[in-house]
Amino acid sequence: MLPADFRTRRFQAVGGYLDSWAMRSETVVQVQALVKRYGSKTAVNGLDLTARAGVTAVLGPNGAGKTTTIETAEGYRRPDSGTVRVLGLDPVREAGALRPRIGVMLQSGGVYSGARAEEMLRHVAKLHARPLDVDALMERLGLGSCGRTSYRRLSGGQQQRLALAMAVVGRPELVFLDEPTAGLDPQARRATWDLVRDLRADGVSVILTTHYMDEAEQLADDVAVIDAGRVIAQGSPEQLCRGGAENTLRFTGRPGLDVGSLLKALPADCSAAELTPGAYRVAGKVDPQLLATVTSWCAQHGVMPEKISVERHTLEDVFLELTGKELRS
Amino acid sequence: MTTVGTYAPQPGAAPLPRMIAAQAALETKMLLRNGEQLLLTVVIPTLLLVLFSSVDIVDTGKGRAVDFLTPGVLALAVMSTAFTGQAIATGFERRYGVLKRLAASPLPRWGLMTAKTASVLVTEVLQVLLLTVIAFALGWSPHGNPLTVLLLLVLGTAAFSGLGLLMAGTLKAEATLGAANLVFLLLLVGGGVIVPLDKFPQGAQDVLGLLPISALSDGLRAVLQHGTGTPWGDLGVLAVWAVAGLGAAGAFFRWE
Repeated sequence: MLPADFRTRRFQAVGGYLDSWAMRSETVVQVQALVKRYGSKTAVNGLDLTARAGVTAVLGPNGAGKTTTIETAEGYRRPDSGTVRVLGLDPVREAGALRPRIGVMLQSGGVYSGARAEEMLRHVAKLHARPLDVDALMERLGLGSCGRTSYRRLSGGQQQRLALAMAVVGRPELVFLDEPTAGLDPQARRATWDLVRDLRADGVSVILTTHYMDEAEQLADDVAVIDAGRVIAQGSPEQLCRGGAENTLRFTGRPGLDVGSLLKALPADCSAAELTPGAYRVAGKVDPQLLATVTSWCAQHGVMPEKISVERHTLEDVFLELTGKELRS
Repeated sequence: MTTVGTYAPQPGAAPLPRMIAAQAALETKMLLRNGEQLLLTVVIPTLLLVLFSSVDIVDTGKGRAVDFLTPGVLALAVMSTAFTGQAIATGFERRYGVLKRLAASPLPRWGLMTAKTASVLVTEVLQVLLLTVIAFALGWSPHGNPLTVLLLLVLGTAAFSGLGLLMAGTLKAEATLGAANLVFLLLLVGGGVIVPLDKFPQGAQDVLGLLPISALSDGLRAVLQHGTGTPWGDLGVLAVWAVAGLGAAGAFFRWE
């Protein structure tokens, strides 16, 4: 049996696909020279960010200005200077027109502590003209069994997924997810990722903040790397990782090896560094020859390389190169 | 399993009346489900009315105790919902990001405030019904014009709502919880609810008489017990509190 609304659904599916295809070049969020201070602390310091249709990940360590940026786009904060446009609208002055078109998942909270999960989701659905099917969405996010549980009794992961459901139930064009998988177990994390992929496939744009590298690599069409209140790099994960042509060789050995000497042994376009005491990284075109060079250098210097590994250049490396610090501090 | 196109954007706000009705219904449900709130809004007023009407503890002056007590307890009921209950609930909604999340929904802020007011009024109607039935059972014989009573209740609600929202929107949730309960207790004793104000020294009476709870209980008593026409003085005091409270709440309320 086909569902009664089969035809309209099919029509929407095709429409959504075409829209998303045409939309890919469309700008959904435009932030220019944004400055936001809290007292004497500057949270965002001249930030420029352009998010196109699709999935954009805003990546950065805690305190980099991710939440301030996203909350300014959501209309919660007025910029001290600079401009923000979301779907072409000013999020503060044109909030009334913008709000029905966006979905928001806060970093935490947002639900009456005495409300039941399903009750709250149904409520948010009622505030929209053409909401998603609440039962199907609950089921989809693994909340089917806790619909009658009050919010304060839900696990942290269930609370996160409820907040995610509340962000998408109104069928928005653009969804803001502030650290959607922070603290989730791997299974719940995967469910969230799958939903983000489905949203994208159906033509919904997503802006998400994260400090998980793999999340950005897995989900995002575009990644903006934020540090100290500014975007320090933006591009597709592939662009940022230079197409994966460059690889990384890591090994551990005793701390304080002569990296300069190692560098001399390597081909000219390679780099070598001791990231943390005893953890070394060689970046460049990693091929069998390079591996042999590194191991023979180790042999000459009486070093037993342990945990030797070859990896694709990751966003984590990019971040480290750009900022000189680890992302998950 | 999801069909392709399930999430295809179809944004849009629900019609305003539907949003406000849904919000008011949810707020009322939250209130009626909360045990502490019910204690304040239902149990305490009911107990006070029954206890002090049947047992002669406080000298309520000439006439039947229930005729003196019912107007005071009705005033207390209004205060418990519009001030104490609303302050505590809103304070915690602010603390838990509920107000913040709703601010990003299609429901405008004034719509949320309208829904909150509607929820307070629905609760008050239930309280008044319950207390009226109990009072009649205890032999209450009210006088006066019901419309004047309604005007007093509405103005009292506005005054207490302003003060409650001012507290909820400026203090921490825990501070609001403590302060709102303390104020409730103090005004219960010193606001002419069960203890006649003329039991206090003259100087204290002058000050206490200007409190919104005193104005409301005195005004209701003037009409319901003594059949007075329109207690302009009490209405005036309530109007001043309403304007000042709602104005200050509007100016100083912080949403997060």
